Amino acid sequence: MKETQTKENKSWMTEKEQNRLRKLLLFQIANIPGGESIKKCIQCGSCTGSCPVSYAMDITPREVIALFRACDIKSILSSRTIWICASCYACTVRCPQGVKVTDILYALKRLAIENRIFPRRFPVYALSQSFVYLTNLYGRSYEPGLIVSYFLKTNILKLWKMLPLFLKLFPKGRIMFLPQRIRKRKNFSKILNEAEIMEMIVPVEES
Amino acid sequence: MKYTYYPGCSLEASAKSYDESLRFVFKTLGLELVELEDWNCCGATYYMSTKETISLVISARNLALAEKQGNDLVAPCSSCYTILYKTNQILRENFIMRAKVNQALKKDNLVYNLKVNVRHPLEVLVNDVGIQNIATRAPLRFNGVKMAQYYGCQIVRPERGLDDKEKPMMMDSLFQALGAENVYFPMKVRCCGGMLMTTYPDLALELNKNILECAEENGAELIITTCPLCQINLECYQDKINKKFKKEFKIPVLFFTQVLGLVLGGKPQELGLKRHLVSFNSQKIVEALR
Repeated sequence: MKETQTKENKSWMTEKEQNRLRKLLLFQIANIPGGESIKKCIQCGSCTGSCPVSYAMDITPREVIALFRACDIKSILSSRTIWICASCYACTVRCPQGVKVTDILYALKRLAIENRIFPRRFPVYALSQSFVYLTNLYGRSYEPGLIVSYFLKTNILKLWKMLPLFLKLFPKGRIMFLPQRIRKRKNFSKILNEAEIMEMIVPVEES
Repeated sequence: MKYTYYPGCSLEASAKSYDESLRFVFKTLGLELVELEDWNCCGATYYMSTKETISLVISARNLALAEKQGNDLVAPCSSCYTILYKTNQILRENFIMRAKVNQALKKDNLVYNLKVNVRHPLEVLVNDVGIQNIATRAPLRFNGVKMAQYYGCQIVRPERGLDDKEKPMMMDSLFQALGAENVYFPMKVRCCGGMLMTTYPDLALELNKNILECAEENGAELIITTCPLCQINLECYQDKINKKFKKEFKIPVLFFTQVLGLVLGGKPQELGLKRHLVSFNSQKIVEALR
């Protein structure tokens, strides 16, 4: 049985913080088409059974839904689950109740990243951060820059191990040395700035 | 018939052979492709994991630009296809999100009015042109070569009516009509791990090993795929998989447009067949129509 959040537990998240995160999460789930079907989960475990990587997860998809409904966001965000999800949607299409499991995990990922709830030098955050930076800069993704920046942030030795693959792909014309750019980058930046403001529009809760 | 073409970032680099072969196939079949003017990166899974509204905005910019050009939008990369399709769906159902996105796009005098259809080239070829039509136009046939049809996950999931989500047969039917033999391949829609190859390589290598093992056990001589990321995972990491699991895989992994181009009379250079790491002899799989 999982422990419920009580004042006696030594936790790094207060009840107030959990509630705040839960409200933000509920808002994000309301934005997913069909997101409200999370209420219909019957805990059958089809999601866990379909997931190709559930064997490596500490908290399975079925448990994630159960924990969320039990208001225990802390356990979900402390696990590896949301980061190992490859977003293959196998769980979503097999769920007999139509729960949008993958999209809920995306919402959890965003919540964790926005509130910085993950270990330092965490692989997925470093990769997303590099990707977002390069895409905002050029309007296109730049693979060599992405890989180099990612491994510099996480494990510089692995960059050395990627070299053989790079040397094999480069003569085949499959690596782009210089970044591609979109033409209207200034206007693209204007769009992004406005989008940042739009991102912040969430319902305000009366305290 | 005219289509707006959204290559996506990977088709310009790591999946260049997909771009080359797709353009060849469409040209040979009389379908016109007009590249989307000043398209930007769709955002892939990374952006959606970070910021929801901003990722929808950058994806919708492409849709707004495509709306100006008219015609259906063809996105070959399964990941781009899923993101653009999902953006379309979310904006159709959520009017608050649509207002936020259009507010941001207004800064470049763009607006999106939900008039674009996002399509995948496989579906365009099978539905708009038709398998019989392609078979009539193809001067060559396959000589019974055994293929494992690997759809991957993003093309059939989440469900959008493209094909059956558990047992899609679109590609199978197409290649069977052209003389290939499709092997029994239960892993046809199993995930290859995608970006996990960079973040959690141990997991991704195991997933890919399972797929390659299934193909080999059932006698496949090649694996046909629709997604650039699947192609890289299955082909370029075969040596790492071999080393880790003590196997000897040497299976070519090709895009469906490449093999289709072969029966349509394309030469290896035109179809990007020289760009692969696992050697492949294209002469051995086609023969003249009897």
